[in-house]
Amino acid sequence: MRTATRGPATPPAATRSPSGGDPAAAGTATPGTAAPDTPAQDTATRDTASAGAGNADGTDPRPMGRHLLSAADLSLDEATLVLDTAEELARVSQAATVKKLPTLRGRTVVNLFFEDSTRTRTSFELAAKRLSADVINFSAKGSSVSKGETLKDTALTLEAMGSDAVVCRHSWSGAPANLARWVRGSVVNAGDGTHEHPTQALLDAYTMRQRLGRVEGLKVTIVGDVLHSRVARSNVLLLHTLGADVTLVAPPTLLPVGVGAWPAAVSYDLDAVLPTSDVVMMLRVQRERMGPAGERGTAYFPSAREYARRYGLDVRRAQALPDRAVVMHPGPMVRGMEISPEVADGVRSTIQEQVANGVSVRMAVLYLLLGGAQPAIGSVPSEPGRRGLS
Amino acid sequence: MTATPSTPSPVLPATPPPATPPPGRPPTPAAPGSRAVLQGSDVLRVVDRIAHELLEKTGGGQDVVLMGIPTRGTTLARRLAARMAAFEGATVPTGSLDVTLYRDDLRLKRPRALEPTAVPSGGVDGRLVVLVDDVLFSGRTVRAALDALADLGRPRAVQLAVLVDRGHRELPIRADYVGKNIPTSLGESVHVLLQEVDGRDAVLLGAAGEQR
Amino acid sequence: MSAWLLRDVRPYGEDAVDVRLVDGRIAELGRDLPTGDSRVLDGASGVLLPGLVDLHTHLREPGREDAETVETGTRAAALGGFTAVHAMANTDPVADTAGVVEQVWRLGRDAGHCDVAPVGAVTIGLAGETMAELGTMADSAARVRVFSDDGRCVSDAGLMRRALEYVKAFDGVVAQHAQEPRLTVGAQMNEGVVSSMLGLTGWPAVAEEAVIARDCLLAAHVGSRLHVCHVSTAGSVELVRWAKSKGWDVTVEVTPHHLLLTDDLATTYDPVFKVNPPLRTAADVEALRAGLADGTIDCVATDHAPHALEDKEAEWGAALPGMTGLETALGVVVETMVAPGRLTWRQVAQRLSAAPARIGRLDEGPSPQGRPLAVGEPANVVLVDPAASWTVDPRQSASRSRNTPFAGRTLPSRVVATFLRGRPTVLDSAIVETAHAGPGRA
Repeated sequence: MRTATRGPATPPAATRSPSGGDPAAAGTATPGTAAPDTPAQDTATRDTASAGAGNADGTDPRPMGRHLLSAADLSLDEATLVLDTAEELARVSQAATVKKLPTLRGRTVVNLFFEDSTRTRTSFELAAKRLSADVINFSAKGSSVSKGETLKDTALTLEAMGSDAVVCRHSWSGAPANLARWVRGSVVNAGDGTHEHPTQALLDAYTMRQRLGRVEGLKVTIVGDVLHSRVARSNVLLLHTLGADVTLVAPPTLLPVGVGAWPAAVSYDLDAVLPTSDVVMMLRVQRERMGPAGERGTAYFPSAREYARRYGLDVRRAQALPDRAVVMHPGPMVRGMEISPEVADGVRSTIQEQVANGVSVRMAVLYLLLGGAQPAIGSVPSEPGRRGLS
Repeated sequence: MTATPSTPSPVLPATPPPATPPPGRPPTPAAPGSRAVLQGSDVLRVVDRIAHELLEKTGGGQDVVLMGIPTRGTTLARRLAARMAAFEGATVPTGSLDVTLYRDDLRLKRPRALEPTAVPSGGVDGRLVVLVDDVLFSGRTVRAALDALADLGRPRAVQLAVLVDRGHRELPIRADYVGKNIPTSLGESVHVLLQEVDGRDAVLLGAAGEQR
Repeated sequence: MSAWLLRDVRPYGEDAVDVRLVDGRIAELGRDLPTGDSRVLDGASGVLLPGLVDLHTHLREPGREDAETVETGTRAAALGGFTAVHAMANTDPVADTAGVVEQVWRLGRDAGHCDVAPVGAVTIGLAGETMAELGTMADSAARVRVFSDDGRCVSDAGLMRRALEYVKAFDGVVAQHAQEPRLTVGAQMNEGVVSSMLGLTGWPAVAEEAVIARDCLLAAHVGSRLHVCHVSTAGSVELVRWAKSKGWDVTVEVTPHHLLLTDDLATTYDPVFKVNPPLRTAADVEALRAGLADGTIDCVATDHAPHALEDKEAEWGAALPGMTGLETALGVVVETMVAPGRLTWRQVAQRLSAAPARIGRLDEGPSPQGRPLAVGEPANVVLVDPAASWTVDPRQSASRSRNTPFAGRTLPSRVVATFLRGRPTVLDSAIVETAHAGPGRA
């Protein structure tokens, strides 16, 4: 074994959040978590150590990572570590006659779902159970419309239960970030409002790597309702970190104002982008986004037919893709509108893969957050900022 | 043991290990204050002896699977298989067995990156699995390996081969094949260096704070 | 009433003098005044300003006494150097009748910490449909002059036009909360780069600017005056500059938080930074400061919006918008405008006292506010230590609520003493606990 290297020095917290927080504030955010660096004798530390030089006194200048709230919480090294770990876990799971590893025995993972999502919840549940963690499913129906007291009360309840990790799905953007301030354990964002869904992005990247051998340098086209898609946000951030070139294709009404600052190109013309795409990711388009103006505002496009004509992936368009290109869909699909049945059936194999990959990736995330004395990935939420213009 | 460099003078043509370590792995320098207990040809000889013992005790390597514990255990397993093939033409499948997820000391450190687990195509069921590691110390790694192995199948029997046994067992575990017993104090560290990984072969005994 | 002698104070931050307050008025200004039988307050060369006037305060009473009461809100006001505040109409019940506005006015008078001038709702129940009895509120004991549906926009152009016309009869003004509702369905924060990343529905600048443009044109058309609440964007400043260049009677306010804070604070998802209109970009902040400096923006108003804990300790989307601001307003203005040399203390007095009093017509009547520091004027004054600084601690606030976005921030200058018609409401930066003494705005 090599002699000890310094612990992971990490870029300032500000560069890790989407638009930057206050570095000074973030740096002092959690005095309680600034644990002294353990001698880096293990490979995990070595793998995350390349981001920069450690402090001369051997302390980690960054508060220990704790949460996975955004894909931006992962550095290149951390994201790669997650994917590598998921790959090994998949291999072990495949080889093993017993599908359960003892790694997280005695740890408690709470699935806190304020929004229905059987697929994601089951995936996390299976991941935790395969690592022998105790799993508590806590579904808080209807709480999305009630006051946030519910969230805080729930958080305090979980705290009293001594949960080590909370996997949180919520209809409001940022709810997992709020939760992270109220619980001591790690919080994993399992999809919050129209913000992010980082483990979905990880499993998408994993699937790309599996199919195409790499992520770096891939041309990935994300098509559809970018404005409301947490999958799109997480994918843009993670794929950028991993060195892919992302192009967003959507009607202008379904792209957020400010998208120009994202690390992605933007096009309104699907046909122009397809021939050079290695991966096409079709986002779900919700039907309530179209039609007449109502309580929820004005429609984003006139009709399903027009949407399908301009942005749907039909057989003809799919033929324009390079031979090795992969079509992905986070599901559930709206057949006929965003993807034609023929293409959808071709995509199905990827979807099956993605389900299996989802478990491996979530196992990796839980292992890297909970498997040791300190999490090996993730971030601490920054403190309320302390700055204005001056 | 002397610390003078020695040129390899094998009895049989040694398995040619890569001349240079893999990229990204610079030759491991001796830690300051450490001294070589074995080096160069010593290590080769010890490996050869274990290979001979294996052949002898397993009826020529019949049904044997060598499962190395990464990183250096895996390398040693491959070397042993190559030597067994060279001595008696035995074809012994090798694999690697990462025990990280089964360790009982996980919570003392940050989560470690996983090392590869690779099971030979014939599997382990009904076979004589020989676990291979570089250093036997507390026995906890071997305990974890036994658990990991149990999840992979049901071997007929499990044996243990180590290059160095440094003592201080914390569990009722012993090795079936030992390259060299090196009495150590708890405060000392033992490092095994292998050509394929570290750029040279050696066993180093060092001061405190450097053990694995 | 006893007399007070304020020794060694600098009116408007200029030359040091002594000031004597007798019987609710400024009796003498001069060097080395004899003590006589006056009680003496050593000003230590602090800055003396006319009592501050807030055009935009939410006192929450009646209806949400758990968040704020007239008593607690006016204590916070006095500590912030205010001698008068306008109490917004979005209470429960809404202040859309003479009965409610008189109740609020009486509660203010009884509390005695500062004058409370109720704002009347423009429309019944703030529903934006039927004009409330504006004239009756104007004629009531509360003498309402400012009418606003604040919290909601009077978005119907026809209704807005009628309201602007109608209040001319009693020299009233409509204070518009400029927010086009169809452009802000579900809006959570400024629409821009940050909202795009955070997945929070955007509140575009144009939703404010479109209404301001329309209302300026309406006010010009019917020859009314218009006041615009809490302008927050660079575009709004430009529009107001244009309207003023036409000679139209348009006034606007800016909040302290919009002078200092920017939308990237939302990256914490801490709802203490959720406010309506939302925090904008650094470019907007700079335009607001420039507008306040050159007089395009007439005044600073706090939009003090206290909220109970459960309404703020929530998910961003579920939390109520609003920030407290009475105690921090002057400090923020000093930090953003005075310290960088963009406003003199005399201009601070204009923007935080004279202008808002004039807009609300509080500078008239038997006990006017916002008057200059001159002999014979009402003794509404505030003494500020410009060299002091203090760190904002929500737990120390006199407000019943804790939702200050400035928590932990160190602000320059400190209110040492506040006098309401010659009676100290604050001394040594603490509330003077006495039964109310003054007649209020009789």
